[in-house]
Amino acid sequence: MKAQEIVFYSLAALTIGSGLLAVTTRMIFRAAIFLLFSLIGIAGIYFWLEYEFIAAVQIIIYVGGIVVLIIFSIFLTQQAGTKLPPALEARKIFSGLACLAGFMLSWLLVKEHSFAASTVPPADTGVSSIGTMMLDVHKDGMALPFEVVSILLLAAMIGCIVIAMKTKT
Amino acid sequence: MYLTHILFISLALFFLGVYGFLTRRNLITMLMAVELMLNSVNLNFIAFNKYVWPGRLDGVFFTIFIIAIAAAEAAVAIAIIINLYRSFKSIDVEDADTLRY
Repeated sequence: MKAQEIVFYSLAALTIGSGLLAVTTRMIFRAAIFLLFSLIGIAGIYFWLEYEFIAAVQIIIYVGGIVVLIIFSIFLTQQAGTKLPPALEARKIFSGLACLAGFMLSWLLVKEHSFAASTVPPADTGVSSIGTMMLDVHKDGMALPFEVVSILLLAAMIGCIVIAMKTKT
Repeated sequence: MYLTHILFISLALFFLGVYGFLTRRNLITMLMAVELMLNSVNLNFIAFNKYVWPGRLDGVFFTIFIIAIAAAEAAVAIAIIINLYRSFKSIDVEDADTLRY
């Protein structure tokens, strides 16, 4: 087994294992930490695929932003150290069966399909080419979705402030 | 080929997210499950861009925009959760039943 494969399979094990623990553990703070490790594993897979910019974005936004936000909100709304009430057994069994069935069906479809290996030379995935394309207004440019996302972020920011604002009584 | 292995990871993560979303009754843990599902979709886009369509960067841009939308979604969701905690003193979905009857 080559070093490349070892790195890939250990990243995969880290991602899936901590993802599994994040949705099954009953300590909410531990669930957040396991989610953190799962997201770091995905960032590692992006590094392994040589998409360094996406990996950096993943670490900055997910690990540095969203998980920290989730941990803050856990501290604001939950007594640290208390266990969540266990889920109903029937609900666990039936959602487990539904997820397993969906997983097996999709995995069969993926296994049946033979993806044609591409012979095109890979495009440059550096930051400069991504930035040039993102602000390009010509045929393949992404300037319009970029502006739409910036409006969405503005709307989300105003919405958060309005929702969380205390009304004066 | 690594593509099917990466698709296995993203399928597993997606259905773990679905399982968490169905079994959890705490709003913050449900939000975590949604984040897992979004991440599995991002991984899919990047893997297809790398192995099936390497000459273009469309998957990269989709991933960047999905990450931006996920950040906005998490911020709004947490604002709603904190507001809900203020009115019900709990973030269990079963406790927020004002609109139920």
